[in-house]
Amino acid sequence: MEKIDVITGTTAAAIGAKLANVEVIAAYPITPQSECVEVLAKFIADGEFDAEYIKVESEHSAMAACIGASATGVRTFTATASQGLALMHEMLYIASGMRLPIVMLNTNRALSAPINIWCDHQDSITERDTGWIQIYAKDNQETLDSIIQAYRIAEDEDILLPVMVCIDGFILTHTVEPVSIPDEKKVRDYLGIYEPKHAYLDPDRPITQGPVGVPECYMETRKHIWDAMERAKKVIKRVNEEYYEIFNRRYGNGLVEGYNLENADTVLVAMGSVCGTIRYVIDKLKEKGKNVGLLRIRTYRPFPKEEIKEMLEGVENVGVLDRNVSFGFNMGALGTEMLATLRDKKICNYIVGLGGRDITPSNIEEIIRHLEKCEDVETKWIGLKE
Amino acid sequence: MDKRFPREELFAPGHRGCAGCGASILVRMALKAAGRDVIVVNSTGCLEVFTTPYPETAWRVPWIHTAFECGGAVAAGIERAIKALKKRGKFKDRKITVMPIIGDGGTADIGLQALSGALERGHDMVYIMYDNEAYMNTGVQRSSATPLFASATTAPPGKRSKGEDRPKKDMPMIAAAHGIPYVATACISYPEDLMKKVKKACEIEGPTFIHVLQPCTVGWGYNPEDTIKIGRLAVETGFFPLYEIEHGEFRITYRPPKRKPLKEYIRMQKRYRHLTDEDIEILQKYVDERCKLLGLE
Repeated sequence: MEKIDVITGTTAAAIGAKLANVEVIAAYPITPQSECVEVLAKFIADGEFDAEYIKVESEHSAMAACIGASATGVRTFTATASQGLALMHEMLYIASGMRLPIVMLNTNRALSAPINIWCDHQDSITERDTGWIQIYAKDNQETLDSIIQAYRIAEDEDILLPVMVCIDGFILTHTVEPVSIPDEKKVRDYLGIYEPKHAYLDPDRPITQGPVGVPECYMETRKHIWDAMERAKKVIKRVNEEYYEIFNRRYGNGLVEGYNLENADTVLVAMGSVCGTIRYVIDKLKEKGKNVGLLRIRTYRPFPKEEIKEMLEGVENVGVLDRNVSFGFNMGALGTEMLATLRDKKICNYIVGLGGRDITPSNIEEIIRHLEKCEDVETKWIGLKE
Repeated sequence: MDKRFPREELFAPGHRGCAGCGASILVRMALKAAGRDVIVVNSTGCLEVFTTPYPETAWRVPWIHTAFECGGAVAAGIERAIKALKKRGKFKDRKITVMPIIGDGGTADIGLQALSGALERGHDMVYIMYDNEAYMNTGVQRSSATPLFASATTAPPGKRSKGEDRPKKDMPMIAAAHGIPYVATACISYPEDLMKKVKKACEIEGPTFIHVLQPCTVGWGYNPEDTIKIGRLAVETGFFPLYEIEHGEFRITYRPPKRKPLKEYIRMQKRYRHLTDEDIEILQKYVDERCKLLGLE
């Protein structure tokens, strides 16, 4: 029997990192992430957990230290949000370019200016092309499970890419939920000790890591990441099933999760905690005899094109919720990608919940009403003040 | 210390450094002093570029480069990873030296924050700042280590300019202010002194910082055969005093019998060719004052 604790998303992530037996943590505090690294510090202070913890002086250094540690051949963890993730930007490319299986919690928060500590997805969406796998959890249980799964995915010899587990700031980071805590030994048996075979810093086996990638080789390094991302789809699905076998929990097929999709002509597509609100509205509408479905994108990178096409076959109205915006193109990131994936469909894109603006059930109902009337591709802001 | 230098070359010849490159002389000697149990961290710069054009490498020790401003942090991560690996039984009874070898820009400018963090947190590392007094890799732009009146492409002399208008940032004293166990200055023209200091730093537990002056033929403007001579003049004139601060104790490690006039050093380098004798007099006074402060009359 797993023990059940009532905990926040940040604590769930910290417990996930502890269960994964990470050996080096490098972190810098930022709202709404801080509790995660505080909890880890306390575990270490209490002697419950024997990780090396580097209290770095910035997020840039947090990622740099994780890169150094991971390149030496140990399992690493860090956590950040918003401005901190933006400060890491340069190092994110280096982590993936050097094929280091670093795992990071990102607690989604808006970007300045104006400064805003509340939730939206602009921070991690901005980093979508950095070669990191991105998983968006919908609740605290999934947060814990995803951190453990992330190591299994990142360290797979066919993948070797860093993984970012994204959770909604405040909505998950500061809300307690009952979370089932997996048995420590079971997790450690599942993940094993990280022992890289490919490349690590060792005086007994000197290698050069991070050399100059001349034009004759640089492009191939990019293609290798592209290919690993493609392979990651299979691995993420496999890990989702393995995890189900051992821990009895799974999240859709690992990439996407459907809800009430059968016989639904109208489907909303979304990521993160808002999926809970959407499910609530779907259930309510169902009582009234109205059928609306939800397709939750759990893995945003790699983007599950094939699954999306398959699961939305025959659906007439596709409404895509974006907690981010691409200025100038004037759509959200998920909206543009859904449009590119489902070229023959009518897709409406809804910009919602920026900078912590609540997304209420009535907002979702408004979206559904608009979507059913809408005749062409359109982007609409929901929840704006008059 | 054995007066003979170790024969083993851990820094391979055939790299793409310029003829007379001071940085490569430094690396060759530092690695001879450190031996094989070392992991080198480079930041972006000349050294990284001319030693590792894939698939070639000049490094016979483990080596890593990531970005420009984070050498201290990368080294910190490696140091803690080694500690973690030791818990697993790896590297038993061995002291693995983490050795960032990073330029003046990567140390005194863009990397100062990461360096300060690493020193303050007490990571066991031997941080070597290789100082050629400007951004040589990108074409001799000024850094905060560029000395007063030197010309650089972003501090050119002109009608209203005598070149760089600020004196050199005092990195060893900034490092020493962190209360670390060992800080030293060294110059490639004094190999025994340099190697002795590197060896000492490797043996000390905790962060150590060695500021090494290394003349650059391209940026300073002199003939490649004069690299060692110019380094010697920098020390003999008192422009770059050699000292160490061990557990807070300051000690001059080389005292020139009689300080040579600064002019001899200045007039050998094209980066100073715009200076008049009066300008050099100003520099001489500045150097005299600095030497007095350090007890080097």
